[in-house]
Amino acid sequence: MKTKNIMIVGVGGQGTLIASRILGGIALHAGYDVKLSEVHGMAQRGGSVVTFVRYGDKVAEPIVEPGCADVLIAFERLEAKRYAHFLAPDGVLIVNDQRIDPMPVIIGTAEYPENILEEIGKNHTVYKADAMSIAKELGNPRCFNVVILGMAARHMDYKVEDWHSVIESTVKPSTVEINKKAFDAGYNLH
Amino acid sequence: MGEKKLMLGNEAIARGVYEAGVKVASAYPGTPSTEISENLVQYKDSLYCEWAPNEKVAAEVAFGASVAGVRSFACMKMVGFNVAADPVYSMAYTGVNGGMVITVADDPGLYSSQNEQDTRAVCRAAQVPVFEPSDSQEAKDFVKTAYEISEKYDKPVVLRTTTRLAHSQGLVELCDRTENADKPYEKNPAKWVMLPANAIKRHVIVEDEMAALAEAANTLSVNKAEYNDTKIGFITSGIPYTYVKEAMPEASVLKLGLVYPLPKKLIEEFASKVDRIIVFEELMPLIEDQLKAWGIACEGKELFSRIGEYSANMIKEKVLGQKIDAQAAKDIPNRPPILCPGCPHRSTFWVIKKLKLHAAGDIGCYTLGAVPPLSVIETTLCMGSSISSLHGMGKARGKEYLHDWVCVIGDSTFMHTGVNSLMNMVYNQSTGTVIILDNRTTAMTGHQDNPATGVTLMGDTVPAIEFEKFCRGLGIENVFTVDAFDIKALEERLKTEAAADHLSVIIAKAPCALLKSARSKKKCEAIPEKCKHCGACTRPGCPALTKNPDGTISIDDTMCNGCGLCRQLCPFDAIREVNA
Repeated sequence: MKTKNIMIVGVGGQGTLIASRILGGIALHAGYDVKLSEVHGMAQRGGSVVTFVRYGDKVAEPIVEPGCADVLIAFERLEAKRYAHFLAPDGVLIVNDQRIDPMPVIIGTAEYPENILEEIGKNHTVYKADAMSIAKELGNPRCFNVVILGMAARHMDYKVEDWHSVIESTVKPSTVEINKKAFDAGYNLH
Repeated sequence: MGEKKLMLGNEAIARGVYEAGVKVASAYPGTPSTEISENLVQYKDSLYCEWAPNEKVAAEVAFGASVAGVRSFACMKMVGFNVAADPVYSMAYTGVNGGMVITVADDPGLYSSQNEQDTRAVCRAAQVPVFEPSDSQEAKDFVKTAYEISEKYDKPVVLRTTTRLAHSQGLVELCDRTENADKPYEKNPAKWVMLPANAIKRHVIVEDEMAALAEAANTLSVNKAEYNDTKIGFITSGIPYTYVKEAMPEASVLKLGLVYPLPKKLIEEFASKVDRIIVFEELMPLIEDQLKAWGIACEGKELFSRIGEYSANMIKEKVLGQKIDAQAAKDIPNRPPILCPGCPHRSTFWVIKKLKLHAAGDIGCYTLGAVPPLSVIETTLCMGSSISSLHGMGKARGKEYLHDWVCVIGDSTFMHTGVNSLMNMVYNQSTGTVIILDNRTTAMTGHQDNPATGVTLMGDTVPAIEFEKFCRGLGIENVFTVDAFDIKALEERLKTEAAADHLSVIIAKAPCALLKSARSKKKCEAIPEKCKHCGACTRPGCPALTKNPDGTISIDDTMCNGCGLCRQLCPFDAIREVNA
């Protein structure tokens, strides 16, 4: 099988690492070779962060190159725009339709771009959701990342039961149920 | 076949240390090496591991354990290896008793560092062998090989990683731990005491040992030639090897697992079998320069940069001539890292800014005080340098000059090397104001304990070193602890001390907002009807605050930590405290 390239982008502290652990876990569960590349350290303090997940028969490099991502999972709109050029021509964007102003916008030295998703939508299929509101309704806004992961799962060939069992073995025991619910909500959205 | 696990490079290194039967490990946290120790601690029933106050101490602890006859380990980021360089250069001469490995993590691309130095060059200067793995499995395996080489050639050995390897996950097959009998210690001053008369003899042995290792490297299993299409042959190591395999799986590759010393015969043989040699190494052209010194024609830095990380696309562009048609969006706002909501540094920096003081900075989250909107940090060099820089400024321009300057240093950084600089200020009769930003943890690297927190890596509670007592013990009379969030008290104290012609230490104390112990039961809430749209609350740049189109503000209740800085700054009582 051709190596599948997934990216998760967002703002440091949004929970990209736990989402990538679940993605890595499911690829391992399915018996694939898998490599992940994460950002730790300074960028985790509210900076732009990116995680690469690659799986297939044999994976060489641990990063996804520009123009090669099959699925780009963005936890925030501006970050979707920042990394949109990583999408393969037939790659899809799964995006949390949320705006988080970066410091240059907060202090007025830059403007937050308009019509981000419409522009990306000209060249790629875009699936968007207000995952934060969905997660709040479910009872824990912090699990919005798993809602988005559920949406992305539609574009990967794993069974829902397998996702559930990987969630069980990855997240804190006290949050297993809410995370499974969050996953299902995302999975059944489109 | 053992169990297979998905492991970070750093996690795999910790596993390798465990499996190799190591008994003592010491480290100072530093991105991208920190998770090694954090993972080692799970094996604490089999080995002793600790956070040392700095990397020099860590390397010396490992040395002592090696002398005592057990396998020992230290790990650090590359700038920390400079701190450890003093013992390392001489340990290359003494050699080891129990095997000794130091993992040093480089940071090409500068994800979390102050320079882009290449550890291989330091090791070449120190005559210390260097292994470089290219994935998590190799990271674990090479640790074990490194111990064998360390003991066979009587050398400390470096396992060099990069951020990409340290923070990538791959599959690792687990093995059992091998227990090694403690080696007997024999009194041997000619080996262990580096008096000049002994060292000059040891240097001869070092040269012989390195020559022997260089010869053995030709047949070492970690160095391997993979012959395919012989039109192009890549010589590479580490993560760049995976980029070669991604971009040109059909090319021949000489993959080096031992990158210093280099295997001359193996390289010559490879060179004779391929038409064109391309050396693909991040940062410095060390392999390339050695090939050229040996008269082996090759290409390297004329194709690929000395700056930043490499990728498979670079090979596709530079070697295959492919055009990569994926352009990043232009003119979009950057998203630099920022101080968290509720960070006590923001409040301290706000006071420094208000008083229009310049600040010499140091290494930690608080380096982010250099960027807008706070912009108070004006120098950052290396761990501990803020205090010595302030001292130098005072000696250059006199006491008056230091009325406009302070220095800021974190609690862990102060323990690391700030203490020496403060001793210098006492000894050489400096004036000036030193601010210790005591947030009760080593925050930037992800919350590690240090001598001032009173908890060890292995989880023991111990007496914490108290800054006030420590500074008074040095003979400093003007030592004050102030709540970092009490901006009134902080402003008063800072104003007085900056203007005074004596040395003073202000400990601005409040826990890091991300610590569980700091999680507040209060939050701040805006009262729009009282708001006069003055913007005072938003000036320190708390990311939980947003200005609404009508000029009022909103406070994001999922982000707010209830620190109360915005509430203190509001002149109209338009922000109140509510229960979370």
